[in-house]
Amino acid sequence: MLEPRILEVRTKILKKNDELARSMREQFVDAGVLVVNLVSSPGTGKTTLLRETLSRFVQSGTRVAAIVGDLETDNDAQRLMQSGAPVRQIMTHGCCHLEADMVQEHLQGWTVEDLEFLFIENVGNLVCPTSWDLGESVRAALLSVTEGEDKPLKYPGLFNTSDVAVLTKVDLAEPCEFDREAALKNIQLVRPGMPVFETSAKTGHGVQQWIDHLQQKRSELIASGSVAT
Amino acid sequence: MHELSIANRLVEIALEVAENEGAEAIEGVTVRIGALSCVHNRALAFSFDLVTKDTPLEGAELRIIDVPVKVFCVACDREVELPGIQRFRCPLCDTPSGDIRQGRELEIESIEIRDADKATAEP
Repeated sequence: MLEPRILEVRTKILKKNDELARSMREQFVDAGVLVVNLVSSPGTGKTTLLRETLSRFVQSGTRVAAIVGDLETDNDAQRLMQSGAPVRQIMTHGCCHLEADMVQEHLQGWTVEDLEFLFIENVGNLVCPTSWDLGESVRAALLSVTEGEDKPLKYPGLFNTSDVAVLTKVDLAEPCEFDREAALKNIQLVRPGMPVFETSAKTGHGVQQWIDHLQQKRSELIASGSVAT
Repeated sequence: MHELSIANRLVEIALEVAENEGAEAIEGVTVRIGALSCVHNRALAFSFDLVTKDTPLEGAELRIIDVPVKVFCVACDREVELPGIQRFRCPLCDTPSGDIRQGRELEIESIEIRDADKATAEP
């Protein structure tokens, strides 16, 4: 019997997903479409903020679409469709996160070049989506005032891999005795320099600033894309 | 329980490498897991045992190397290791830093294989 030998592999475990996500991102950047991956725990208000965001984009004549992931039901897609934007539902049937190939599959039949913004609403989960790149240019971590100020400290991995934080349901801050300063401090502790938007999809507070930020990010993406080519 | 998806990908890669090498058996797999990767070691080990069943990897040992977070501190002009992942500030001078140099790893470092014994395989 031969002795065992050690073989250096040095490979990323999620390399298939990473490679697909990279090629999708290139395609999105070339097409000038800003892809936003929304992550949060269940019940933070991803769908409500996204519906409001899509509605405003549709009203201003901006070409937007959304893909939404849930374990079961197409309830969220139905709610998002009220905005008038094209929406597709990914049902993961138990899978706790979205992967790049699920997004690619659900893009079939859509012409990416016809879009300016594509939103991907991830499965509500503050842990599992962290390691899966979906080809997005912006990952937005949402945190509602009803969840507590220490969420970023409890789930630093997800906040740390996100580009922007969005506080939601700020209209409920007072009855929830939400400590805004503590929440902002905690976000900066786990992700120094992270931009934060404070929103209420119900009252409309802060939604325009969030949209302006995305418009700005898309301008930067187009500028970077044209520099690269 | 995304560790199950991760274990599946891990096994795919290990089997592919072992097959290319013409290995007879795989004795162990060593992975590097960064503190920021959101992977729970016990859940990964449990998933690994589950998905290796009835494959050439069944019974192989999973060795997990925990990789702490390192950031670059501009004030100290050096990489510094963080004691945890809740505070992205230099442990020496308290300057905030988001310039992560290590800690997001999710990698297969190596696999331990046993080559087919040609002397006994040949008639």
